[in-house]
Amino acid sequence: MPDVRSLYSEKVMEHFRNPRNVGEIENPDGIGHVGNPVCGDIMELYIKVNNGTIIDAKFKTFGCGAAIATSSMVTEMVKGKSIEEALGISNRAVAQALDGLPPIKMHCSVLAEEALKSAIEDYLDKSEKRSADGEGERTP
Amino acid sequence: MKRIYLDYAATTPTRPEVVKAMLPYFTDAFGNPSAIHSYGQEAKGAVEEARVKVADLIGARDEEIVFTSGGTEADNFAIKGVAYGKESKGNHIITSSIEHHAVIEACKFLERRGFNITYLPVDAYGLVAPDDVRKTITDKTILISVMHANNEMGTIEPIAEIGRIAKEAEIHFHTDAVQTAGHVPVDVDELGVDLLSMSAHKLYGPKGVGALYIRKGTKLVSFMHGGGQERRRRASTENVPGIVGFGKAVELAKQEMNEEAERLSYLRDQLIKSLLERIDRICLNGHPTSRLPNNVNVSIDFVEGESMCLNLDLEGICASTGSACSSASLEPSHILLAMGLSHEQAHGSLRFTLGRWTTEEELARVLDVLPQIVTKLRAMSPLLKSRR
Repeated sequence: MPDVRSLYSEKVMEHFRNPRNVGEIENPDGIGHVGNPVCGDIMELYIKVNNGTIIDAKFKTFGCGAAIATSSMVTEMVKGKSIEEALGISNRAVAQALDGLPPIKMHCSVLAEEALKSAIEDYLDKSEKRSADGEGERTP
Repeated sequence: MKRIYLDYAATTPTRPEVVKAMLPYFTDAFGNPSAIHSYGQEAKGAVEEARVKVADLIGARDEEIVFTSGGTEADNFAIKGVAYGKESKGNHIITSSIEHHAVIEACKFLERRGFNITYLPVDAYGLVAPDDVRKTITDKTILISVMHANNEMGTIEPIAEIGRIAKEAEIHFHTDAVQTAGHVPVDVDELGVDLLSMSAHKLYGPKGVGALYIRKGTKLVSFMHGGGQERRRRASTENVPGIVGFGKAVELAKQEMNEEAERLSYLRDQLIKSLLERIDRICLNGHPTSRLPNNVNVSIDFVEGESMCLNLDLEGICASTGSACSSASLEPSHILLAMGLSHEQAHGSLRFTLGRWTTEEELARVLDVLPQIVTKLRAMSPLLKSRR
């Protein structure tokens, strides 16, 4: 009989079965929120940044197998990367790291890239604001 | 791991008795039914015997049965056949918003070619209101097509009532009975239908064969042009082994239908009850009682259907979902949306369809496994947090 799990690669299934970095980061430096209920995939990506390096990343995802696996993979890929390096991570790179996705599921990798970019943008916005406000954490 | 198959609405295994009945028609009795010699006549006899059985299941006459390649062809035949057969009388067709793609897409095809199609809404249970049919009829209406029971959420439609309206208005009435024939009683006179679609592989017959019932006097154009098979209504050498298998499957279904429907309805209701007890934020989709005996369809909040199905599959349980993350459109089931479900709920739908080999033990396993899967997926769901 043909392979019963030919829809997804073994790597996708491995990340789907045991997703890495599930959850939220308390006081994150950046949050990305992408997707919508119409397409059925919603991703939230949290990053913690120290000296321009992403030291932690976590995610929460509502979506299909590919959406969960790409979320898991992208959080693994960004950890330890500088902001510039992280901005260079493309959806293709995420899909490749998972040994490929079915063509119909490539949009999930696009969503993962967008979630990452959105989290980084949020981080950059916040740090701009911080320097405009005159550095440091302010107590209200 | 022993697999648990709970997707009988998608397809059923061919029963061993059916396979056995088919086998001689591949090798020994391989003749072309159109041939004059004994091989031909042998095959012809087998086809006609099957036709009588199929007609008998739905209270029709054998000459009113045309064999097709399946339910999709039967639906296309009925809709396009009447549309082009009655073009001179009008161009309006009434159907519902929850039909199978085989009906909806055939209607859309006609719509692009100048026909007017009314897609009737349904209520929260998925029921079409017969009164809506009555109100929508115009002097241009040539066909009404409403499915007998919905393949996804299992609601059985008030076909007999619609049939009376169609008859009164003298409009051809088609029903897609792919999910009901052989599972619940279907009688073309009681339902008041002129056209009815069936498929063999939904009732433990082989794939690639089905039938369209065409009431005597119904005006429609031929679907395939070629030889004179099927009383010139559907050219092409008959799928003899398939038709024989269909006949055998129908014969068995007729004998066992009532008992099996009762057994499945009990299992269905037990499963629904237990799912609602064991999982919070879950709801039943479709009608609670006017429902296919084997259909359980639920929406589970904050989780997505494909992830649930994949996780179930990892545990050996085969189910399906109306979340269409894998379809090209990315849109979830048009059926669930038509019933008023939100996109999140439609993406969170899960369908179990039971069948001949479903046991209480199998369903107990589902009840063991599914709550854990839901907990795991909810822990990673951003929807849950935003609503807490």
